[in-house]
Amino acid sequence: MAVAQASRGNREFLWRRLHTLSGVIPVGLFLLEHLFTNATALDGAASYNNAVEAIQSLPLLHFIEFFFIFLPITYHGVFGLYVAFVSGYNAGQYSWARNVLFTVQRITGVITFVFIIFHLWTTRFSGNAPTFDMVHNLVSNPAYFWFMVVGVVAATFHFANGLWSFCIHWGITVGARAQKITAWVTMIVFVVLAGMGVASLIAFTHSA
Amino acid sequence: MSVNMETTAQDTRTVHLIIERQKDAESPAYTEEFEVPYRPGMNVIACLMEIQRNPVNKKGEPIAPVTWEMNCLEEICGACTMVINGKPRQACSTLVDKLEQPIRLRPMRTFPVVRDLVVDRSRMFDALKKVKAWVPIDGTYDLGPGPRMSASDQQIAYELSRCFTCGACVEACPNVNDKNSFIGPFAISQARLFNMHPTGAMNKEDRLEALMGEGGIHECGNAQNCVQVCPKGIPLTTSIAAMNRQVTYRAIGAWLRK
Repeated sequence: MAVAQASRGNREFLWRRLHTLSGVIPVGLFLLEHLFTNATALDGAASYNNAVEAIQSLPLLHFIEFFFIFLPITYHGVFGLYVAFVSGYNAGQYSWARNVLFTVQRITGVITFVFIIFHLWTTRFSGNAPTFDMVHNLVSNPAYFWFMVVGVVAATFHFANGLWSFCIHWGITVGARAQKITAWVTMIVFVVLAGMGVASLIAFTHSA
Repeated sequence: MSVNMETTAQDTRTVHLIIERQKDAESPAYTEEFEVPYRPGMNVIACLMEIQRNPVNKKGEPIAPVTWEMNCLEEICGACTMVINGKPRQACSTLVDKLEQPIRLRPMRTFPVVRDLVVDRSRMFDALKKVKAWVPIDGTYDLGPGPRMSASDQQIAYELSRCFTCGACVEACPNVNDKNSFIGPFAISQARLFNMHPTGAMNKEDRLEALMGEGGIHECGNAQNCVQVCPKGIPLTTSIAAMNRQVTYRAIGAWLRK
């Protein structure tokens, strides 16, 4: 009844909740999977190529790619741009940490959006086979390497800080103490994931 | 003798104010500077009263006195809320001795400005009506005493009941803006207060429905400025998260019951 009412009168509630949900499931989960696959490059080119091979051999890969990655990420990204647009920004006047992070969350979201488009264009839709050598050729260009570093840091921050917000939006962390602890935990998640992503990028710069 | 000299020395001290003014709702805003005599222990309202008594600006030109609203003078009515040195506060409980000079005053621009520091906070009262922030007891016969409330719930309810609709949280919230219809943190906290009241809980569903409607709880972006500026220290962010839990249960629960 509630959902029906919300969808009849005002769909905003539904769209907003879908937005926070899609950011974690499945987009967040895909980000984790992607970072772990890339981290296999730390063990060398062969290890990375094997991991890619395993993914390529998944049944219904195009179906999974479209419904579990492409659609949710497009929704999260496009609706996210709308959210960033209708938000106000007053971190200059009220420079409390949470308000600054509120602004950073929206900035990193927009950076990640642009980053993903360029990233897909140069990899998934480049026509080249997804191998260690392909990535190596890309990140050998210092400009591309630093673009990747910025993208990885922005995406991992947006994910980690978004987890904190997700826990409040869904009423999981209610008290101030719970929210404070989650803030620390999610910032540790950010540092670990960003470190992992950057380490993988460095590994790709070494020739196979 | 020395006491007298000290008093004379104090009397020459002044308070420097920079006030953002506006003739009426349509007029453009302008700033005007004032210098008023200092008195020990004076609050911001005392400064405004001083301008009213002697309506001249810093340059000595006669001007129309600055308009503001006030009522209780003890931080309980919310009428004198304005932005003082960049933060929304009550002019009555803000002491000059604790402020950096010049003291900058401006109206809370998240609301329509009526004149000078006077704003129209009607949207807050509309929001309270929207979430039915009351316990309905009116009827044609005596309903008798309601169910009792536990002492621990009373403690939480007391904290929440201290909201005096001053508008500080609405002013500081980045998501209350022209592009957004967010009702504001205080209304969500009041919905929580009346949902936890044993008799008020009978209209729980109505309040949750309002919170899931236009400008509802989903417009909150967790910037958490509200809890920082609340003069009563109301745990507004806890209230928002608690109500998020209630609407989540309602949304999922209602969907699965069908």
